[in-house]
Amino acid sequence: MELHMEYYLVISTIMLFAGIYGFITRRNLLAVLISIELILNSVDINFAVFNRYLFPEQMEGFFFTLFAIGVSACETAVAIAIIINIYRNIRNIQVKNLSEMKH
Amino acid sequence: MEYTTLILILPLLTFLVLGLLGTKLKPFTAGCIGTLSLAVVVLLAYSTAWQYFSIPRVDGVHAPVIPLNFEWLRFTQYLHIDLGILLDPISVMMLVVITTVSFMVHVYSLGYMHGERGFQRYYAFLSLFTFSMLGLVVATNIFQMYIFWELVGVSSYLLIGFYYTKPEAVAASKKAFIVTRFADLGFLIGILLLSYYTKTFSFEILTSGDASIFTGAAGTTFMGCSVISWAMALIFMGGAGKSAMFPLHIWLPDAMEGPTPVSALIHAATMVVAGVFLVARLFPVYYLEAPDVLVLIAVVGAVTSLYAAVVACVQTDIKRVLAFSTISQIGFMMVALGVSGMDGHAGLGYMASMFHLFTHAMFKALLFLGAGAIIHAVHSNEMSHMGGLRKYLPVTHITFLVACLAISGIPPFSGFFSKDEILAAAFMFSPVMGVVMSFIAALTAFYMFRLYYNIFWGKESAHEHTPHEAPKFMTLPLVFLAVVTLFAGFIPFGKFVSSNGQEYIIHLDWSVAITSVIVACISIALATYFYRKANPIPDRLATTFSGLHRAAYRRFYIDEVYLFITKRIIFNCISRPIAWFDRHVIDASLNGLASMSQWVSYNIRGLQSGQVQQYAYVILFGTILILILVLI
Repeated sequence: MELHMEYYLVISTIMLFAGIYGFITRRNLLAVLISIELILNSVDINFAVFNRYLFPEQMEGFFFTLFAIGVSACETAVAIAIIINIYRNIRNIQVKNLSEMKH
Repeated sequence: MEYTTLILILPLLTFLVLGLLGTKLKPFTAGCIGTLSLAVVVLLAYSTAWQYFSIPRVDGVHAPVIPLNFEWLRFTQYLHIDLGILLDPISVMMLVVITTVSFMVHVYSLGYMHGERGFQRYYAFLSLFTFSMLGLVVATNIFQMYIFWELVGVSSYLLIGFYYTKPEAVAASKKAFIVTRFADLGFLIGILLLSYYTKTFSFEILTSGDASIFTGAAGTTFMGCSVISWAMALIFMGGAGKSAMFPLHIWLPDAMEGPTPVSALIHAATMVVAGVFLVARLFPVYYLEAPDVLVLIAVVGAVTSLYAAVVACVQTDIKRVLAFSTISQIGFMMVALGVSGMDGHAGLGYMASMFHLFTHAMFKALLFLGAGAIIHAVHSNEMSHMGGLRKYLPVTHITFLVACLAISGIPPFSGFFSKDEILAAAFMFSPVMGVVMSFIAALTAFYMFRLYYNIFWGKESAHEHTPHEAPKFMTLPLVFLAVVTLFAGFIPFGKFVSSNGQEYIIHLDWSVAITSVIVACISIALATYFYRKANPIPDRLATTFSGLHRAAYRRFYIDEVYLFITKRIIFNCISRPIAWFDRHVIDASLNGLASMSQWVSYNIRGLQSGQVQQYAYVILFGTILILILVLI
């Protein structure tokens, strides 16, 4: 069975919308963070797929994917640090309780 | 004579230095800086006077000298405001008077204000006042005069309210400022009218006697008087406010809340004669273009003079007696200007007015400084707390007596010569005016000697401590002014100042002179009989005419009339409806706007929740919506 490009794109679209859905509906900060990772990973898949199928003789898409994975790793590390600090301060990581900086 | 600019600059600099660095200086150092800089100004002023009067006459006239004049503001081709210095006989005379009295007051204050809080501030304000008063008299145009006129008003306000912790002083300073500001409103309208029709502010052009500049106003009348008459009457209103003419006099007696040397400088010798100076400055315009206003000036002067003299007879606060006496004497000067003519012998009144201004400044400053020394000794303004002070204050006693004799018009003291000329001028104008003025002169002698005997003779009252003579700084100015008062009458004043600039030879009118001296002597004798020793007659008279006595003591209820008009009529009938309109219409509509926007924002604030997830949701659906719209 040959793998068409569309199969990958369908999966990445499902991942993207699952991520967006999770980002909007989840109330737990960690779950929100995971949703963001889902969105980023779906984009990474897109990069790789487009590179592999449309421009196989070039490597930019793969490099960009690696680059995005690196950045998202940093971002996750920072976000986790923030979340741990929030938890230490208010013993809670529910989004609805985080209105300290609103005013 | 370019150095005359320094006469203005030095006091201004002193004011800035003392005002900005005052608190860093020791009080005595600050006082010395002020006094020394003024000493220089005195010398400069004297040398200016000497130089000015040694310039030979041109066509028998001392020509005006303008050492400095520059354009400050230009409105139209013709209308521009200049700043400059104009030296002519009256401004030079005023320079001498102001600097002399101011210097005496500076020296005196070193003793009188010793140890007061705000000593440096006091000297700064004195310098400011001196600067503005000098600027006023040397003004080249009527607008410059107006600027300095207001500055003088401000510094007077500051000095009356010097003891700003005393509620009466604050009230008095506000009263003085508001009343004179009200009068200055008339002054400003007068200036605008006059300059609108003559197209000039300059004194030189206005007083040149050239009738052609007034042709623009020819035929324009308002309520039966020519528009120039109205303008000049309004300008006189400004002068009347500063010079405390009836009915704008109410601020001057209250102004005595200020320190006594200030009363001597501002409210006796210099600022209050600004109105007289103004009329004298514009005298040719009054005489040629608005003779009806000149009659008004004479009448206002006479009424004021009579009113103030009567009130002065029953006051018990010595500074108030002197204040009313000042009002009365300024009335004399106004009468003299009002009855004066222009040329030759008819110009007697003008010369007499300026002469009286000069001598009055000296002896009234002396009286006030003497009163300051007395207050310094007994710590009270009330006559009843004094009595028998001649043993304790010998220098003050003698100098005060000299001033009393001068103001009563006893020869050979200076007041005799000037007052006599005024009486002669009044008789020349009309016998009725002459008789009225003679009567006022008699009253003057009476109340001055009532004051004198009540202070220095009569029953001694209990003192907190034995009164002692004032320190040297205070007695020296007293002695100096007493000497000036003794000899100033012999100055051939007509040689320097006269209405048309020509030399005026003073002839004593013997019949007027002898009657006035006799009348003054009778008044003094009467006062001696009443007040030298305890005598029941004054009290009996007071009870017999209790209505009149009380009315005079309460200054004929003029203050109450003012209060009635302002509080009952203006506040109730005008201010209250305006306040209601302001509160219920203007404020209410703006408040309505504010509460409406508050209501709207309260209701839409849910949009700004701060929830990032909600925003993401909105962004997502917004994007989808736009996509759908674009694709379809």
